[in-house]
Amino acid sequence: MSKNWILYIALLAITVAAPFLFPSYTAFLATLWLFIVVAQAWDMTGGQMGYNSLGNIFFYGTGMYAGAVFAIGLYYNVGEWTDASRSEIFSFTAGQYYTGMVVGIIGAGLFCGLCALIIGPLFFGLRGPYFAIGTLGLAIAAGEIVSNIEWLGGGQGISMPHSPLHPDFEKVLIYFLFAGLGVVLFIFCKWFYSTRFGAAINAIRDDEEKAEAMGIHTLRYKTITWAISAVFVGAAGAVSAFQLIHFEPLETAYQTINLGIFMVVCVLLGGKGTLWGPVIGAILFHVFKEVTWNYFLGGQWVALGLLIVIIVVFFQDGLMGYLKHRRPEWFGIKVESKDKEAAA
Amino acid sequence: MDQILTNTGYLFQYPVLNLAFIIDGIMIGSLFALAAYGLALVWGVMNVKNLAQGDFVIAGGYCSWWLVKTGWLQSIGLSDNAVALLGVPIAFVVMWGIGWMTYKLIITRVIERDLFTSLLATFGLAIMMAQILNLMFGSDTQSLQLDYKTYSFAGGFINLPMAKVIGTCMAAGLAVAVIIFMKRSRMGQAIRATAQDSRAARVMGIDTEKVYAFTFSLNAAICGAAGAIIVMVWVIQPFYGITYSVRAFVIVTAAGLGNLPGVIAAGLGIGAAEQYGAHIFGIGYQQAIAVTLLLIVLFFRLLQQRRKRQALN
Amino acid sequence: MNIKTTMLSMAAVAGVAMGTSAAAMDCETITLGAAISLTGKYATNGVHAQNGYEFAITKIKENGGIMVDDQCYNFNVIYYDDESKGDRGATLAERLIQQDGVQYMLGPYSSGLTKAIAPVTEKYQIPMVEAEGASRSLFNQGYKYLFAVLSTSEQYLASAITLAAEKAEAQGRAASDVTVAIAVENDPFSLDIRAGVMEDAERYGMKIVVDEKLPRDLSDMTSILTKVKLVKPDVLVVSGHSKGAATAVRQIGEQGVKVPMIAITHCEAADVVGNFGENAEDFLCSTQWAETLTYEDPIFGSAANYEQEFKANYTEYAEKTVPYQTAQASAAVYVFKDAFERAGTLDKDAVRDAIAETDLKTFYGDIKFSEAGNNIAKPMVLRQIQDGKYNVVAPSAFASHEVNWPRN
Repeated sequence: MSKNWILYIALLAITVAAPFLFPSYTAFLATLWLFIVVAQAWDMTGGQMGYNSLGNIFFYGTGMYAGAVFAIGLYYNVGEWTDASRSEIFSFTAGQYYTGMVVGIIGAGLFCGLCALIIGPLFFGLRGPYFAIGTLGLAIAAGEIVSNIEWLGGGQGISMPHSPLHPDFEKVLIYFLFAGLGVVLFIFCKWFYSTRFGAAINAIRDDEEKAEAMGIHTLRYKTITWAISAVFVGAAGAVSAFQLIHFEPLETAYQTINLGIFMVVCVLLGGKGTLWGPVIGAILFHVFKEVTWNYFLGGQWVALGLLIVIIVVFFQDGLMGYLKHRRPEWFGIKVESKDKEAAA
Repeated sequence: MDQILTNTGYLFQYPVLNLAFIIDGIMIGSLFALAAYGLALVWGVMNVKNLAQGDFVIAGGYCSWWLVKTGWLQSIGLSDNAVALLGVPIAFVVMWGIGWMTYKLIITRVIERDLFTSLLATFGLAIMMAQILNLMFGSDTQSLQLDYKTYSFAGGFINLPMAKVIGTCMAAGLAVAVIIFMKRSRMGQAIRATAQDSRAARVMGIDTEKVYAFTFSLNAAICGAAGAIIVMVWVIQPFYGITYSVRAFVIVTAAGLGNLPGVIAAGLGIGAAEQYGAHIFGIGYQQAIAVTLLLIVLFFRLLQQRRKRQALN
Repeated sequence: MNIKTTMLSMAAVAGVAMGTSAAAMDCETITLGAAISLTGKYATNGVHAQNGYEFAITKIKENGGIMVDDQCYNFNVIYYDDESKGDRGATLAERLIQQDGVQYMLGPYSSGLTKAIAPVTEKYQIPMVEAEGASRSLFNQGYKYLFAVLSTSEQYLASAITLAAEKAEAQGRAASDVTVAIAVENDPFSLDIRAGVMEDAERYGMKIVVDEKLPRDLSDMTSILTKVKLVKPDVLVVSGHSKGAATAVRQIGEQGVKVPMIAITHCEAADVVGNFGENAEDFLCSTQWAETLTYEDPIFGSAANYEQEFKANYTEYAEKTVPYQTAQASAAVYVFKDAFERAGTLDKDAVRDAIAETDLKTFYGDIKFSEAGNNIAKPMVLRQIQDGKYNVVAPSAFASHEVNWPRN
């Protein structure tokens, strides 16, 4: 156990020191934490509960817009703010900016959680591929509808207030916001999966009918789990909004075929239903993506599609699944030597 | 809101509009129905949900487009129109080959796996195909401009471009050919048997692996032919595949598997519904309408199931 | 690397130029950065812009480079592919500035991408001269480091409305009787065009009878055209980058839509004459620049000369009209050259101030920036496709031909 604590403290130290050690890679590392957050949040429903959503990006996009509306709406009329032909320039003081940021991020998280509570009962009647297709449809429809709402800027997108901080510090602030979300989510998950609640959602994954028969109110468990995951994705979306400053609905906020799928691939790469899988998967995937984007320009999407196919077809258990198979003792699983020989 | 009311008003003020929308809807719907039929086939027979369906369509379109643009066939005396029409069977054959390769490389490995696997694997395939097409042909929208006449009726409100009429007829012909094939041929019977119970089919001596390969290739070929028709009447672009994939899923979800008349009816219905939707709410909502229809169909079927205390599985 | 180069690289000047001509041999390099759409939905126009940048760089090199404080320099551009996606563009701009140490930026293609990148360059106080982002929403954010050589988008089709009003009055009708149908893509650029048209129509008291937004994956606009046939407007305005232009021209012909005046954008970029021939006749096309205009400068010569030399260098344009997207990209590079020479230093803030004071006559038109950073010295022109040729018909100061009206 003590060994584990040393490991955790070392990782935390690296997390804190990283932006100062590699200042020109801060933005890269911030995006990496974004991937970790959305992948870990996806795994709560996908890996632990067995509901594979392709539409979690809905919460990311909604979080971006909710964050923007809360932050701007505190001080200005959002409709006027997004009017492209306005001639006056709205400005934010430093105090207004930070208040807006805090309210925006927390508000976005809560708003997305609420959305999940409302739509959960509708979607959790769908099973297997229908749940995946239904949630994918939700994300696509939401993007199209938002792009037609003029109050939110429509297809123009929406611009955030400008940070009063020097860019070098602002970058670090964004990094710590993402990293903070990631660390909190990780600690939360570690605790959450060890509770009765965690056991219940695992039971739903393993056999929903039996779980129901044993008296677990499955719909309630499923909806609450999705809502918790939505809170984190929504908050991450709001941080992204402050990071990007300008965003638009179809390709940035509700980017179904980018981040919406990447988060699933991250989890599959690392290993579904494990605590470390999403984290490791996100790191591997993000590095792979940046490398192909830098050195394989033009063919980057081909490489990415190929990677997805290969992961899904050949390595669906992910890295953690592979390790569990090869080194079960690392996971506290005792294997009789006889069995091991038989397996080998 | 005003606009919606005015637009709805036009429908009653000029009844001929309804006819125009239904005709247009049927023309585009027949192509949706082709892609959806292929999807129902692979879904029903091998339980693979192919998200790359739309990209097969687009690839078929590029196949025909490229054939016309290179001008090889024109050099032996064929006109542009003839080459474009010939492009349909050629796209069928080429996409058959690509479908077969895809099956051997990827699909055969996901058949026995859980449903999410095929969904995600074909999604990866879709990304790859779109990008390869983009690298090969560029990201411009492309179309084939055939010099056929346009016939107009009812004071110019109903336009029947000959190219569209020919396209619709070809789509119908292809559908009929596939239906007859499935009913009459040995292979068709084997496919239907495998769809009903693959284990029993194997016991009865049907080589299911061969059936699977054949079914998937047939699906790709049908999509390819649909794409070759689409390039004559609309436009294609490497990233337009998702549009057709979404439509195909809506139709199959609505009609259910193995229900061919249902697939055709749903295809034509969605074509018409989209025309009406685009007229009433504005064309900007076209994609949203298709996806919302999908959600409505899902929830409607969910309600039906719930009465029987079942989940949509 | 010698000491001098190392010092200069701290000022974001990297490496020694590998010039081919003898004159360019001892020139240093000034590195510019650009995220440009090489793939994705804006790839056609992204490539037009990139060609414009590259052509200008070659021309400037041939003309002795850029003289800053008695040292000669040449431009070199680091390009990244933004895939026509805003968040990607912003990430790449960040990378150009942070990892590649770029101190001066050229713009991406489209208003949307520019909107995504401008906050980043502004944050790091990197001057960006952009040539392809026309939406007014770029110039009411209070940006200090953003400069656009082109006219803002509300002016694109406004002169078509004026023209329609003139024609109506000549016919003895009141300008307020004119009805307008608008179909624009749902993106910053086209929405601003719509805003401009609506403002102008309002001024004349015209009525907007159709107001539709085109989806991004547009492949069919028959339902709009059916509506147009019903309400019979006097003017139809369509804007949706290259694919919007192509779809509109094709389907308007196919559906036999008869509207006295049809005005669209991106005719040249979509090569509607080459692709659709007869169908494109009598369309009004807005353009930032035309090769028949009488502008000139010492580097590129006259506008006509620019077109000729550009076609000679990029043979794929030989059969087409050179799109204005290319010309304005070249003009942006020229603005940088001029600013560097006037600043007499490579310090980015001095260069920024020099850009702000630009008052330049170029082959592309006059360039002078407002406080907000948009070019206020150059008018838009409207051309009509007459017998397969683009002829300037408005505004009257530049018009070489009478407008054919009504259409058909």
